[in-house]
Amino acid sequence: MKRFLFPAVLTTILMTGCGGEEKQVVKVFNWGDYIDPQTNMLFTEETGIDVLYEEYPTNEEMYAKISGGNARYDVLVPSDYMIEKLIKEDMLAEIDVNDLENYKFIDKDFKSLPFDPEDKYSVPYSWGTMGIIYNTTMIEDDIDEWADLWNPEYAKKMFMYDSERESLMVALKKLGYSMNSTDPLELEEAKQELIAQKPLVLAYVVDEGKGKMINEEAAMMVAWAGDADLMISENPDLKYVLPKEGTNLFVDAMVVPKNAENYDNALAYINFMTRPDIAAMNMSYLGYSTPSTAARQLLPEEMRDSEVAYPDPIPFETMEMFVDPSEVADVYSRIWTEVKASTGE
Amino acid sequence: MYKRYLASPYILWSAIFIIVPLILIAYFSLETETAEGVAFTLNSYKRFFDPLYMNILIKSINLALITTIVCLLTAYPLAMILNEKEMSNKTMILILIILPMWMNSLMRTYAWMILLENKGILNSILEYLGLPTGQFLYGDGAIVFGMIYNFFPFMVLPIYNALAKIDPTLIEASYDLGANKVQTFQRVILPLSMPGVITGILMVFMPSLTTFMVTRLLGGGQVVLIGNIIEEQFTRTNDWGFGSALSVILMLIILITIRLMGKNETLGRGGGIV
Repeated sequence: MKRFLFPAVLTTILMTGCGGEEKQVVKVFNWGDYIDPQTNMLFTEETGIDVLYEEYPTNEEMYAKISGGNARYDVLVPSDYMIEKLIKEDMLAEIDVNDLENYKFIDKDFKSLPFDPEDKYSVPYSWGTMGIIYNTTMIEDDIDEWADLWNPEYAKKMFMYDSERESLMVALKKLGYSMNSTDPLELEEAKQELIAQKPLVLAYVVDEGKGKMINEEAAMMVAWAGDADLMISENPDLKYVLPKEGTNLFVDAMVVPKNAENYDNALAYINFMTRPDIAAMNMSYLGYSTPSTAARQLLPEEMRDSEVAYPDPIPFETMEMFVDPSEVADVYSRIWTEVKASTGE
Repeated sequence: MYKRYLASPYILWSAIFIIVPLILIAYFSLETETAEGVAFTLNSYKRFFDPLYMNILIKSINLALITTIVCLLTAYPLAMILNEKEMSNKTMILILIILPMWMNSLMRTYAWMILLENKGILNSILEYLGLPTGQFLYGDGAIVFGMIYNFFPFMVLPIYNALAKIDPTLIEASYDLGANKVQTFQRVILPLSMPGVITGILMVFMPSLTTFMVTRLLGGGQVVLIGNIIEEQFTRTNDWGFGSALSVILMLIILITIRLMGKNETLGRGGGIV
């Protein structure tokens, strides 16, 4: 569909204006603040390939930009369910992982994942979990389940995540259902749970929640493991737990779009980022977990042994990954609007 | 005529950045993807007439109206004071009103968040003084406060402009003919300043109706307004059709408001945009 014909024409005009000498480049499109910038410089130093680097705030915004067709990149770093969607829509180029010298360092736990069962399209970049972070001086009980977020004792002392996917995940897991449920009855039940919880919630936050937890604005919050590690390093009273009902496991992986202009450079870049020393350098900047044991061994001690980043054992059997929500996206969005518009009675 | 050539950069600019995007929004709001390709339907508009979204719109209009009224009631007296001839540090006060606008409104809203938090600066001061502390953020009140703060200058400046343009001899004539202060205000100053008042109302009402940043930061995501619903369609749900339809509906509401306000405007001179 020619949704973006006009902007496309405009961009082409602007781009042809500044052509010139042939320089080897790789165009990388990654999450905001999701790389140690030094790794890109090292890559250019070693290979002579320039890295043109751009960032996106969410999987959905990345998708909106690339599906227009006029934004062309060589490497993307989407999450599991978005990779599944991109594969389904035939937007990714195949990668022969045997060509990548450093692919052998990826742990087998992170190979053949549900979104790319034959490892034909993606190379894992980082992974993490979602859990509850709470302040042990403000809450004396042990928090260990999602149901604690419905405890009236902590009314107006908790932050929820301001996103339909994550909030529905919490409610569905609390009820003992799959976080990928499409059953209207289960989703209705989850909606009622979230509406009932609303009067207890102080605020629905995204990134601004981190600073607020550090400053003890609230006593607990739903958070990603990587963010949790960062918050704990600023405020040691905070503690991160994986709720026993089970939680979300996410994997962000590097992929090459079908319309990439520099396929070989993209593979070189992916291979470079997978090399243990580079992956370790990158992850120690990010605070998320690396899918490579070889890289983990090279991390600074407190990160290598962090219970937040590397729970031991990793409870794979209770964790679930998100699947592509395209079919129920409008249902999810409506549920979330109803929750947010409710007055909680 | 050669004046027309001078206007051509502006015409080109508005064609590219105003007319074309408007056409795109109208297009997206009507198109639906079906198995056979693109079809034109009113489905996105139909979805809006769901009580869920209607209630959100009513709530948004309510909060925007409160913001506008509070701004008007506080800005008019201030504009009158500024217009007094004896006012010596007039420029100073005008600069103080304009100064915050030099800073990005997102930053200013973040600053308010830090000031008003439960563990924020205001509560710390109250606690230090032994006064009761309170929860200022996370609700309708905080949203209205944030909007009043952000949009107040847009009310003061047009009213001040309109007042400054009033010919002082008209006011003198009013007194000469026996009117007292109240009568002069009612019959002379107020009608002559209406263009500024109307501009101010529109300049405050429009951004208040569509804000989504204040709702999220100061409202703590506890309240959802129509601006948030639109933003969500583009950034999260990827439903451009519904988002565009909502935008078109909001534009129509604003256009109708402008028409209605314009009708009452009979003098049509001085300080107004309508």
